[in-house]
Amino acid sequence: MERKLKMLGDEACRSMAAAGSLDELNEIRVRYLGKKGELTQVLRGMGNLSAGERPRIGQAANEVRAVIEEELTARTSALKKLVKEQRLRGESIDVTLPGTPFPRGGKHPLNLVFEEIQEIFLSLGYSIADGPEVETDYYNFEALNLPKDHPARDMQDTFFVGSETLLRTHTSPVQVRTMEKTAPKLPVKIIVPGKVYRRDDDATHSPMFHQVEGLAVDRRITFSDLKGTLDLFLREMFGPETRTRFRPSYFPFTEPSAEIDISCATCGGSGCRVCSHTGWLEILGTGMVHPRVLEISGYNSEEVTGFAFGMGVERVTMLKYGIDDMRLLFENDLRFLQQF
Amino acid sequence: MRVSYKWLQEFVDIDISPQELADRLTLAGITVEGVIELGKGIEKVVTGRIESLATHPNADKLMVSSVNVGTENLQIITAATNVREGDVIPVAIEGARLASGLVIKKAKLRGVESRGMMCSGQELGIDPKTMASEQAHGIMILPPGTALGKDAKEILGLDDFILELDLTPNRGDCLSIIGVAREAAALLGRSLKQVQPRFSELPERIDGLFRVDISDVDLCRRFSGRLIKNVHVGRSPLWMQQRLRSAGIRPINNIVDVTNYVMLELGQPMHAFDYNLLKDGHIIVRRSRKGEKIVSLDGSERSLTPDMLVIADPSGPVGIAGVMGGLATEVTEKSVSILLESAFFNPISIRRTSKSLGLRSEASLRFEKGIDIGGCARAADRAAQLIADMGAGDVVSGIVDNVPLPIQERTVTFRPTRATYVLGVEISGDEALRILKSLNFSVQDSGENMLVTVPTYRVDVNLEVDLIEEIARMYGYNRVPDTLPFGQSTRGLKTRQQSFIEKIRCVLAEAGLYEVVTYSFISPRVFDNLNLPAKSTLRNTIKVTNPLSEEQSVMRTILLPGLIEVLSRNYSRQVRDGAIFEIGRIFYPQAEGHIPDERPVLSGAVMGSSSASWNRKPFEMDFYYLKGVLEKLFRNLGTGEIEFRSDTAHTSFHPGRTASLEAGGERLGILGELHPDVAENFGLPEKVTAFEIDLNILMAASGRPVSYINLPRFPGVERDMAIIVQQGIPSSEIFNVIRLAGGELLRSIQLFDIYRGAQVPEGFQSMAFSMKFQAEDRTLTDAEVSERTEAISRDLAHKFNVELRVK
Ligand SMILES: [Zn+2]
Repeated sequence: MERKLKMLGDEACRSMAAAGSLDELNEIRVRYLGKKGELTQVLRGMGNLSAGERPRIGQAANEVRAVIEEELTARTSALKKLVKEQRLRGESIDVTLPGTPFPRGGKHPLNLVFEEIQEIFLSLGYSIADGPEVETDYYNFEALNLPKDHPARDMQDTFFVGSETLLRTHTSPVQVRTMEKTAPKLPVKIIVPGKVYRRDDDATHSPMFHQVEGLAVDRRITFSDLKGTLDLFLREMFGPETRTRFRPSYFPFTEPSAEIDISCATCGGSGCRVCSHTGWLEILGTGMVHPRVLEISGYNSEEVTGFAFGMGVERVTMLKYGIDDMRLLFENDLRFLQQF
Repeated sequence: MRVSYKWLQEFVDIDISPQELADRLTLAGITVEGVIELGKGIEKVVTGRIESLATHPNADKLMVSSVNVGTENLQIITAATNVREGDVIPVAIEGARLASGLVIKKAKLRGVESRGMMCSGQELGIDPKTMASEQAHGIMILPPGTALGKDAKEILGLDDFILELDLTPNRGDCLSIIGVAREAAALLGRSLKQVQPRFSELPERIDGLFRVDISDVDLCRRFSGRLIKNVHVGRSPLWMQQRLRSAGIRPINNIVDVTNYVMLELGQPMHAFDYNLLKDGHIIVRRSRKGEKIVSLDGSERSLTPDMLVIADPSGPVGIAGVMGGLATEVTEKSVSILLESAFFNPISIRRTSKSLGLRSEASLRFEKGIDIGGCARAADRAAQLIADMGAGDVVSGIVDNVPLPIQERTVTFRPTRATYVLGVEISGDEALRILKSLNFSVQDSGENMLVTVPTYRVDVNLEVDLIEEIARMYGYNRVPDTLPFGQSTRGLKTRQQSFIEKIRCVLAEAGLYEVVTYSFISPRVFDNLNLPAKSTLRNTIKVTNPLSEEQSVMRTILLPGLIEVLSRNYSRQVRDGAIFEIGRIFYPQAEGHIPDERPVLSGAVMGSSSASWNRKPFEMDFYYLKGVLEKLFRNLGTGEIEFRSDTAHTSFHPGRTASLEAGGERLGILGELHPDVAENFGLPEKVTAFEIDLNILMAASGRPVSYINLPRFPGVERDMAIIVQQGIPSSEIFNVIRLAGGELLRSIQLFDIYRGAQVPEGFQSMAFSMKFQAEDRTLTDAEVSERTEAISRDLAHKFNVELRVK
């Protein structure tokens, strides 16, 4: 009897080892452990045994059952694992296919540059100011020390909309508007992004373009502060290796006035087509606020000084992205806009 | 202004290269745009005389010449038609190189040997515009006495460099060789070489022969005149011609050339009259009289107005002061005596006159920037000297120099401490003194307060701060240290509108729209293209008085056409799918004398489909797409309820596919499919959808504070419901009924299907909703939910007569 049990156990283990699927395993379980299974049959036949034999054979039978069940569990989980592995292998995908497209979109490159300029000056404590695009002659010219018939009015060919109203030729009127509102409080530290208009249209001029104006007015602002501030800004904007050069220039609303060049990043200063072989690129006009402008705006020019600057956003954008025709910025070809 | 390096050398010793000089001037504010080497690359071109000229044996159009180049006679074949025996010409000999890079070799032309080439001015790099017309395209003919076998570059003054200046309008003084020389002298620490003109004069005095009266002293503050007799009008010497050419001026005749030469050298515009054609030798400088006319030198008749200054004789105007002389008194080959005018005119008056006549001359350009009032007589003397020196006439003794009001010396108080204060770098009194003196400012009291006298030619220096700039530019801007302002620190702030606009930009860009920037001025025709009615307020625009074209002649009152044009341009370039937006201002006229009302608006437009992909079908970018974009935007901005109401009235849009948007009862904007006619007007296919929104109203409706609502603690119950309802009933009304009947327990409704077709009667549609019921304090029972859904069904049936299918 005991031998028979052992043989049964061995036989069950062997067939389980040979089983290749969960179904087969289940069949084996039923064959040995099911209600009519072989082990069950053996146990049922125990009634015929003597009372002395019963516990011993019973124990042996339970041991064999335990062995079979243990093996069954082990084999089942091994087979399950195998099956899952097989399934996953069949589920492989081409990871090199493109991902599900999300809608693309973007800001205009001019505004990307605007935002970058703004961030730098915000971090330097400048607030953002704003003013009208259709201006009075007074704010656009006269208050900026450009009386009627001043030859420097020719520097900016103007669109007029009335005898005393015009499309602003620069963002500078906002200097005066802001100072008028602020005076006599100090300091004034603003930047003014905005659209401006001049009667010019070719590959390097657009009748509408964008400027960022800056103004810092306080009790002890010097030309060397102007230099330090703009040098810092230009390095932030164009990279730490950028060199700057300050040249005397002329604007009626600043004195002394300067033009700032940055080293040409394309050739590193040795001269190329981009910089007209000079190694330098003109980028910014600036100067100390003219005493007359301070007085007109309500400040005592003996006690208060300041600097102002202005730059063309198109130029900065073109330099930054290597765009060689300004008109691209206003054509809005989607294949162009998609590159930013 | 084009400045000859050699000419400069006559006034100041320069020991640095033209390029170095250019850099120094540029860094001192006299911007040199470029340095041109004249005669660059030209080699082995010499002077030669044509000894003989004969027809070519084998060619009609060629001539065989023998040219004496000093050491030998060369046989040269030429096709030139403007040369004769005895002419002296530039000859490129064997091995020569011309401006174009062409190399001359010995050659056989139709079987005859040629050992060189006769040269035109252009072949020597001379601009034909600066050459006499008969020489502009033929061989250049040199004066008869020119030495033979000499380097033509030297003879023609082509061994020189030109500095091209880009002057700022305040530095009219540098529109002259002397002005640039003064700057160079100050920069190099040299002195200026300037000699008084010396020449012999006839015994006869000018006094009885010529007189000038200045009637309008506000417009003419000085008039100096010199009289020349026994004039021989002819060609000026080669060196003078070349000097004029180097400045871009065409030589005319010796008298005119002298006036131009003096203008270039000293910055004083001059004019020469035929003295014998001036009535009574009497000149009156006065405002023009009403109705007066003059034929100017260029042959046009000009009507003069009473605000214009004229040079007149007793019979009428003979010149427009400072702008252009009159044809009637022009110097010609017949002239025997000439009057030289050297005057100072009011810059503003000259500017107005030249503008209103549309006549800009080299003279008016200088007068309107302000010339040196102290230099008029000297310039007249210099011209007289040049004429005398070249033997072109005899100078009558004396000068008429009418200065009606004394010339005031301009003085400015200057404090070195103030320079230090403004510049942020220590400027000592000595340093300031040195710099000011180098620029010919005379200085008294070299202590704390310097009294500085400004030279008459520096009309740009009036204030202390102007002198500070002089100090700074000579000290060197780049030597000033870099510092940052100290003092009260400030926090950089954006305005609410700026932050708002930036947020919109971010949301829309992320939603898949590209931002565009279009012009603020548009064509008035776009209103017709938009099919707007004649009385539309959008047509009430601000007009640009002087537009570049009609296309850009009015300020926009609506952004939309700009965007439609962008889509159209892209469409014509085969870009058929597009989603764009723009944020910009529109302009509405206000009462006369007021600046317009500028309102920020947001506009967007879409056409075509979303991009296709291997795993997703493209979807059409239609009304609902753009509405979805706007709903996302409104949610991100925290906007209160925005109502979309069917709008059938807007003539630019499809009458059945357009909604007007309202926020809190105010009209916010419009969203709709373009009317097919409008799309066609702009060259676009149908199904372009667009919107335009007033940003001020949107901003007022936005920024609703967020307040947290408790998360549900008890499970909710979902019920689906389908209804068959007549088409045309706005879904918003159905939603309202459901919401009302559903009461508090109805947490959300979602429309998940709309179906028309089989099993749905014609004119009807099936709409399927999914509703979620939930209570805050308990788990809902089936009975409670059913009670609600029955109420919804009842109300829907009552209101819309719908057929229900509840699941
Ligand atoms: Zn470069």
